[in-house]
Order: sequence, then structure tokens, then C-alpha cells
Amino acid sequence: MIPAAFDYVRAGSAEEAISLIGEHGEDAKFIAGGHSLLPLMKLRLAQPSVLVDIGRLSDLSYIRDAGDHIAIGAMTRHMDIEKSPVLAEHVPLLAHAAGHVGDPQVRHRGTIGGSIAHSDAASDLPATTLALGATYVAQGPNGTREIAAADFFQGFLTTALAADEMLTEIRVPKMNGAGWSFQKFNRRAQDWAIVGVAAWRRNGESGVGLVNMGSVPILATSVSSALASGASIADAAEQAAAEADPQNDLNASPEYRVHLAKVLVRRALEEASK
Amino acid sequence: MQIRVTVNGTVHESDVEPRTLLVHYVREVLGLTGTNIGCDTSSCGACSLHLDGEAVKSCTVLAVQADGCEVTTIEGLATDGEMHPMQQAFMQNHALQCGYCTPGMVMAATSLLKENPNPTEAEVRIGLEGNLCRCTGYHNIVQAVLSAAGGQ
Amino acid sequence: MTITESAASTVLGKRRLRKEDPALLTGEAKFTSDLNIPGALHLAVLRSPYAHARILSVDVSAALAVPGVVAAYSGADLAPLWAGPMPCAWPVTDDMKNPTHYPLAVSKAAYVGDGVACVVATSDTAAHDALDAIDVEYEPLPAVIDLEDALSDRVVIHDELGTNRSYTWDLKCEGEDGQVDRAFADAAYTVSEHYVHQRLIPMAMEPRAVAAVPQPFGGDITLYSSTQVPHILKVMTALTLGIPEHQMRVVAPAVGGGFGAKLNVYAEELLCTALARKHKLPVRWTEERTENTQATIHGRAQRQHIELAADADGKLTAVRVRLLADMGAYLQLVTPGIPLLGAFLYGGVYDLPVAYDFSCTSVFTTMTPTDAYRGAGRPEATYAIERAMDALADTMGIDPLELRRRNFIRKDQFPYTAMTGLVYDSGDHDAAATKAAELADYDGLRARQATQNVDGATKRLGVGVCSYFEMCGLAPSRVLASLNYSAGGWEAATVRVLPTNKIQVVTGTAPHGQGHETAWSMIVAEKMGVDPDDVDVLHSDTAIAPLGLDTYGSRSLPVGGVAIAMACDKVIDKAKKIAAHQLEANEDDLEFAGGNFTVKGTPDKAMPLAAIAFEAFTAHNLPDGLEPNLEAQVTYDPPNFSWPFGTHICVVEVDTETGEVDVLKYVAVDDCGNQVNPLIVEGQVHGGVIQGLAQALFEEAVFDEDGNPKTSTLAEYLVPAASDVPPITLGHTITPSPTNPLGVKGIGEAGTIGAAPAVINAIVDALSGLGVTDMPMPASPQTVWTTIQSASTAAQGASK
Repeated sequence: MIPAAFDYVRAGSAEEAISLIGEHGEDAKFIAGGHSLLPLMKLRLAQPSVLVDIGRLSDLSYIRDAGDHIAIGAMTRHMDIEKSPVLAEHVPLLAHAAGHVGDPQVRHRGTIGGSIAHSDAASDLPATTLALGATYVAQGPNGTREIAAADFFQGFLTTALAADEMLTEIRVPKMNGAGWSFQKFNRRAQDWAIVGVAAWRRNGESGVGLVNMGSVPILATSVSSALASGASIADAAEQAAAEADPQNDLNASPEYRVHLAKVLVRRALEEASK
Repeated sequence: MQIRVTVNGTVHESDVEPRTLLVHYVREVLGLTGTNIGCDTSSCGACSLHLDGEAVKSCTVLAVQADGCEVTTIEGLATDGEMHPMQQAFMQNHALQCGYCTPGMVMAATSLLKENPNPTEAEVRIGLEGNLCRCTGYHNIVQAVLSAAGGQ
Repeated sequence: MTITESAASTVLGKRRLRKEDPALLTGEAKFTSDLNIPGALHLAVLRSPYAHARILSVDVSAALAVPGVVAAYSGADLAPLWAGPMPCAWPVTDDMKNPTHYPLAVSKAAYVGDGVACVVATSDTAAHDALDAIDVEYEPLPAVIDLEDALSDRVVIHDELGTNRSYTWDLKCEGEDGQVDRAFADAAYTVSEHYVHQRLIPMAMEPRAVAAVPQPFGGDITLYSSTQVPHILKVMTALTLGIPEHQMRVVAPAVGGGFGAKLNVYAEELLCTALARKHKLPVRWTEERTENTQATIHGRAQRQHIELAADADGKLTAVRVRLLADMGAYLQLVTPGIPLLGAFLYGGVYDLPVAYDFSCTSVFTTMTPTDAYRGAGRPEATYAIERAMDALADTMGIDPLELRRRNFIRKDQFPYTAMTGLVYDSGDHDAAATKAAELADYDGLRARQATQNVDGATKRLGVGVCSYFEMCGLAPSRVLASLNYSAGGWEAATVRVLPTNKIQVVTGTAPHGQGHETAWSMIVAEKMGVDPDDVDVLHSDTAIAPLGLDTYGSRSLPVGGVAIAMACDKVIDKAKKIAAHQLEANEDDLEFAGGNFTVKGTPDKAMPLAAIAFEAFTAHNLPDGLEPNLEAQVTYDPPNFSWPFGTHICVVEVDTETGEVDVLKYVAVDDCGNQVNPLIVEGQVHGGVIQGLAQALFEEAVFDEDGNPKTSTLAEYLVPAASDVPPITLGHTITPSPTNPLGVKGIGEAGTIGAAPAVINAIVDALSGLGVTDMPMPASPQTVWTTIQSASTAAQGASK
């Protein structure tokens, strides 16, 4: 399996990367770890004419305590998130979820920015950061802007990023002791979730993100509303799929996915409430 | 494109097409055929090698992405004619049959122990989630990794 | 453990590390795609994207313009190269329908993946780039993926046959006419069960690879291939391409697993060989995984209807079986014979009167051809009888292990002539079952189950039992003849003592992970009194090991290994003549032990094999008329199959809310007679069990209604990883086979045969309180959940 031919340029800075993408137009793509893009290119399902390599932008690989939130550079690898003491202390749900992405070899290469920018609804980190109320920072030719996770995912593999914008930072609010749970349901550990749930709960507040329950990562707001208005966990979990629009595939029908989401949300909330 | 990669301690400077995968580079350009190819989808782990000391699937890395990096393949694991303790543990525990997944499995296992020197059986199993074997049923592979950990 | 009950073994039966391992562990071993072949051209094959389509035109001209491309061909272009069609060596009936099948399709593509054109280029990249430039005009035709639909001939796939039915093969064995029907009429209990064996993809980790290296002036050609059957491949390639057989050499370098899928003659082997001759250059091809899932054979794919009749005690009185088998688009090497290999095992391990009625109908579909996959017919048969036994136990309201015990063939009944007329060599089913039950704590599990599986419980415990018999060690040539198989079942061995007392063994077996080099060395070491490290095993190259019938059907040890032991005996006989001559003793007074000939009663008169080897080499002082050198060849045709057996017990916990199955424990007690190397035996069982468990829980080759494969990669076809399967608890019993001098039986397929029924029986057992009586494979979480839902809906409907 060999990708179709392409040109390759390595960016030395975010500014240069953005200018290179602007220069090469629509057929150009960013490549970071390459673990979303290269598999598609090998099957020739993606045939970009130019790859702009941003994987060497080490100044975008960091995990910093920024007061009320943790700032994570877009080029931070899943493995670094999984093992980060800062995240273990302040956003343990994200660290734990990162440990479930793919397999160790994938986590050694794949980046949080690449995963979120690719915006696969079946990926673990888009839904997890969505549940946590993260803000994404995008840099373009005219500077940077912040995009709320809730506004970022717009459709199947489509995001709020402009063609010449690059995701540079993920800002995740500290969990401040919230209970949490990550439920990944799959047949093989290395696979994408059939359904996944990232949930946290603290006093009256909660956040529930659903993996692979639609064309985009889903924020299960009805569950949180129900909990906020005093519903039991079991009753709130019945609302799990209210925002979802799950698809059919080899592993699950929409009906089964809806059922699984309810069971897993209930289990996640029970664990998060301990 | 010109790249410079240190493979098993030797510096190689090569001119490669950007679409050359790292696995094709080590196999076809450098002749290091111990790293095998088992799938098209980053699923099987047969092509696992170490990139800057960590296991990666070399079918999902471009050779140009490895420019300036250190690569260790299965051929670079033995030292002074002695197999690496993980290789020895695989032999002692009959953790291979046809041997095709074995180089990737060994590279994944050594990377695993580097990150978690004393894993439980469950941690070994989950740590090898990215490597498929069709012969052994994994039972003896898990035993081999546990025994290599115990011996370190 | 001993090779015979009397002589103490020094090597056999003891765990010994494999001599194959260092090369494989260090990257030193060379698989076919690792071979450095200067100047080789690369082949790439364009494959049909349609399951069924007429090929209207093929235009390769644009491909020729791609840099590096040497040639491009349609199926029609290559037609003159074939002396005959692709071979099928098992015409099971005289009227079997066999469609003409060439390496590239000419007028019609019959499955997604069927080759329709090819390119040879100076690099693999160029060859693949050029495939995109070939223009094929197709007229798509309706796909046929359902077996009943195929049988209806609504759409006939092969026009020249006029039907999709390949054959119907019957086996009716009755002590008295009408016995089967009477047994069912008189039965106290009957069960009638339908099971489906889903299509599986064998998925050896090494995809296939081929390299054909011609000697344009010498006339010889060497075919390197990732094959289990270099000898069969040599003959078939010679016939199919019209190459004089003596100019054809086949080499199987290191081979990364086969599982039956490399027991075949494939289009790419013929294409590389033909094109290497045509271009007078080496031509090589390496399969991509996506090609492997489409163009390498699939396995299983049978629908079964089994009926059991039993008396009031649950003793079986008759078995009736109807099969519908999916051949796929064409008949590959042994495709039609696979259901027949199971036909003799539907009685399982049970003592049955001669009352058996079996019939198999096989049909073509527009999917990848099927053929042998680990177990080949025997896992299917064992699944049917062992699932049906659980159904019978359920009907009778008795414990499934108890029902089995009531029916086991007793130890004292062996050798046992089965209802099919075949003779089971030896067995002790009760001992294996008892041991398995102990290891699993069967009684404790039943007690735990009673407290755990209460009304409303969402984590339900299940215990599944499978007792199996396997017919392996293929095979007595005369039996194969009676089944219309085109070849024999013998195996050849040469044992050669070199002048320095190192020993070369030449075997016709073709290992691809089984450890023959280690095991055969141990047999020779035991026999000849040398160290196993002083034995070299030569194999898998028809120039070095010209005689052989290769490795499949768990035949290597009980046929090939036994041949080696017999060749050792012949060498020892010859050495004894030399020793007697040199020691001036009577041959009858000589004893051979530990590599030394001694004269009975005169222990200081001795001659080691090393000295005899050198004498045989120099030939300075040999008995009159004795040929120099110490070498013997044996071709051994086994008098019977070998019949390994055992009992597996699987313990599961099913999460009824999600349908997830957690395998808590898996116990396998197998009996393969005397063991040569327990380390290897255990490895074979481990691997086999997980393949069977993978059929039960994970794997299925899925096609959509248009015949498009939906599981073309390892991302979709779920071969489980270490994280997804349990550890295995092993036990064994040893009941030597009386039919061969080593007392051995095969063990390569046993684990796979035992596992799928044990797992599914456990799941059904866990859910029996919810009205579940069967579980389709693979028992994915969704399948388990929906089965529970429909059982509970049915129960509610019934109670209303």
C-alpha cells in the first residue's frame, strides 16, 4: 500500500505552516502524527498534492497549568497526555481517555490537535474535550481566535476551522475534583468505540460527551439538564441519545447504539457519582 | 527528498520520494527486512520499530518524517551477538510460531517495558493491543513479556 | 512420557526450545518478500470491483505509458500462456460441476477481487500506479450471496454450467435398510437444529508472496512462494503452464503461517511463473492485506441441519445431517472436498449404531472461493454435533456433560469401528472429560451458576462443554482414492548420516510455524542417540527434498514424522551390518542404544555410530555387497487416520445489558497420543483455541447484497489481540495411537475444533434462563443483545 505521489514541505513555525497551506490551496493538507491522514492516503481515499508537516513544531507540544484551565499544545501526543501529572491532577478524565486512543504505537505518534482537527465522531478526544467544555485556539493568517468546542464540530469530518487555519492549542477547564468516568465499548481494545461516554459530575453540574453516536461528537445536554433538575441517574440516562443521530455499521445498528448509550451513560454517571 | 536517519546506530543519508513509508525505507533502501508488513491499516503491528526509542507502526510514518531521528529495528536489538532479554524470553516461553508478527511484537514489548517495567498480566495484554498474532493465541507471548519484566 | 511403553526416552516427550527461533527473533529469517532478487519485475493485479460482471473490454494502453511499466495484460492477452485451467484436485463426484477458471478472468468476473488484468513494472510503486490507468468496461450482473438464492438458479453465475449447483454428495450408513427413519420414528427424544458457519478469512499474518526466477537459457525456473505445499505446487504449476516437471523447482522460504489458506495453487503463482518465462526476467508479487481478504481463499461458509434421535436414557440412536456449502465463485485446489472431511465426524465421540444419513449440496456464489481453513470440515461437524448434544440435554433436562458421558465410546471399545466404517484408533473420552471438569471446577461452577443466574441478574454465568474427535493425519492413500481425491496421502523421509556423524534429514513436510526442524531433530536424536542440535532438517525446496506431500490436515507428525522414525530404523539396520562386520560379531548379538553398538554380554566390544558413519563414508572395510554411505529413504503410507480427541470447557459471563461476553476461563484437555515436544503441542493448542474462539466471538467475512466485501482490512475483520482474549488452562491425557510406531497423533487443528462449540454452548447456557436456545456466530455484543431481546419478546408473546 503506497500513497499517491505528493510534495512534502516541513514547516518551521506555525506562521510558516499557515502561509504554506495558503500558498498551496485546497489540495494541501497539514500532517502532524499522520495517524488519521496516512491510513486514508495509503488506501488512496485521500490524495493531497502537498503535505505540510507540522509535526516538528515542538513549541506546540506542551501541557501547562494556566490557572482555571490547562493549556495543551496541539502537537502534544496522546502518550504525553496520558502520562501527564498535570492532567492527572487537574483533568484526569482527559488523561484517562487519551490512554484509550488506538494502541500504544498510535499514541506515540498521534496528537490531540490532529485528532480534534480531523474531528472523527468515533475518536475519543473530540467527545471528551467537548464534554469537558474545552476551548480550541485556531491560528490563521490574521492571528488567533478561540472556538468553543460546542461550536467547533459542524458535520462529518467538518469543523469551524477555515482552510488556512491551524489548531494550535486546546484549553481544558480544570475539573476541580469532579467525579468522572470514561466508558469505551468496543470489541477489540485497539478499535474505535462502538459507543463511548466521557462524563464528569460535580455538585449540580455535569458534562456528558458521546463517542460515535452521530456524524459529529455529541454533547448529551439533555442528560445534564435532567440531572440538574433533580432526575435520578437512571432517568437522566434515558435521555442519553436525545441529541444523537447514530449510524449503522458492521458492529451496531442505530437502535443498539441508542440502547448502549443509555446503559453506558448510566454506568458512567454511577461511577462519576461515587 | 534528502533525509538523514540513524538506524541501529548507523547514519544513513538517502534521497527518498516523500510518499516512501518508513517501513519501505528500512526494508527496501536499507535492506533491513526483519521488519514485516502485515496490513494496510495500521492494525496489525507487524511493522513496529522504535522511533527515538518508542514503538511506532512504521507503515504509518513517512520516511521523511523520520528525518533526523533514531530508528531501531529488530536487527538492532541484539548486542555483541547476544539476543536481547526480550528475544530470549520469547524463545524460552515459545512465544512465536511462524515468526512473522514476532519482530513487531518484540519491539512493542520492549517499548512497553520501558514505559511500565513491572506490568501485571492485564497490563501486558492491553499494552500489546496493537499487535496481532495468528499462531500463538498470545498466551505464551504474555508469559514471555512477564518473564522478561521479572528478569530485568 | 515415553515413545513406547517400554523404552525410556531421553529426548522425546521432553520440552525443548525451538531451533527455528533465533533466526525468526532477530530478523535473520527470510520470508519470500524479503528475498533480494536483482532485476526482478513487479507484478500488480487489477481486480474486479464487481461481484459479478461481464467484461466487455480491457484497455491497458494508458498503463503502458506510466514510467517504469514494462507490460500490461488483460486476461485474453494471457490466454495462450495457459496449458490448462487452474487446478481442482478433488472432483468429489463424477458429475461435479467445475467452472473453467484461469489466473485472469477473460469474459466474466465472478467475485470482487477476481483478477482481470495485470501490470509488470520495474518497481512495485510503478506497477500499482499503473493499475489506475487500466480501463475496464464492465456490464454489472446481479450478485449471488445467499446460498438458497444460489440454489434457486435465479441468477446462474457460470453460463457454461447452466446451474449454480456444483454437486450433491451422500453418505448413508445403515445396519439395516430404513434404520435411520425407524430410529427417528421410535425415538424417545429428537432434536432438529439449524446452524450457520459464517465465512471466515484465514488471515495468516504473512500475506502471500511469490517470486519466479527463470534461467532463460538453462530452461529451469524456480518459484519461491509463501506456500504450505511446495511439492503439490510444483506438479500443478508444471501441468498448468506446460513446463516439464523436472525443470520446475519450488521453494517455500520462511512462511508466515498458512492455516490452510496456503494449501492452494493461486493465480499469482501462475502469473509470476508464466510472465517470468515470457519476459525472461524474475517476476515477483507481494499481496497486500486488502487483496488477501479478497483473493486468498475463505473458509467454513456452511449451513447445517442436524437431527439426533435418542432413546429414553439419551443414548443416541441415529444422526441425520443436511449441509449446504458455499464454494464461492470457483473451485480452488480442494474446495469441494472440505465438507467431506467433516462428513465422518457428525457422530462425534459417541457410540452410535450404524444409522447415519448425510448429504451435502454445494453451490457457487459470487464471493471469494472457499477452501481449507484450519480444521477444514471438522470444526463444522464438531460444532453441529456438540451444539445438538446441548440441545438434546436441554430437551431432556439433564446436564450436558452427563449426556455426553452416557454416550461416550468407552476406552475398552477401541479400536472402534464407527458407523461410517472408519476405525477410530484409540481414545479415552471419559478420562479427558473428567480431567477438564476437574480443571474447570465443573461442579463448583454449576453451584455458583445456581446462585448467580437468578431472575433479573444482568451478569449471567455460563459453562460450555465440547468433546471432540478429530480425523487427521491425512491420510491412507486408498481412503483418499475412495473419496475421489486426486493424490495420495503418503510422506517421504531421508535420513543421512554424514561422515562426521552429523545427521541430515530430508522431509517432505513443509512447516510454516509448526517447528518441524525442532521436532524432527528430536525424533532422530531419540532414535540415533545423537544430540538434536547435531541434526539438520532440510525441507520446503523441491530440489533438496524432491518427494513429499506437504503440510496440512495435521498430517506432518503422524505421517511425515513417522516416516523419519522409520528411515532411522533403516539406517540403524545398515549400520548394524557394518558394526557386525567390524566387530566380527553376529548381527543378532548387537544392541544399539545411546548411539553405540555393543555386543550382548561383551560390553567392551562396542562401536559408536560416529565410527560407523566414517567407515561407511570411506568404504575401506565394508561387508561384501554393502553400498557405501549411511543413508535410507522411506515413503510411508499410513494405515489409518490419526484420531486425537479431548474435552474443552469454556466459562463465560454475559452482560445482558450490553450483550458483551467475558470469557472467564478456558480449559482445554487434549490427547494427541505420545507427544514429541510438549512445548510445541501446547503452542498449537493455544493458537488453535484462540482461532476457534475468534470464530465464536469476533470474526466474519461480511458481504453486502451487491457482493461487496465489507471486511477487507484488519480494521474491519476482527482478528483479536492479546487484550481481547483470555489465558488458557491446559491439561492433557496420553492415549498412544496403536497404528504408528511413534504412537503419535496430529495436534495442529484440535484447538480450533474444540473451541467454537465450547464458547457458544457456554453463552447459550448462560442465557438459557432467558429463553435463549441458540446463538449465531460470531456472538458479537449486538448479536447477543438482539438474541436476548427476541427471546424475551417471544417469551412475552407466549405468555400472553
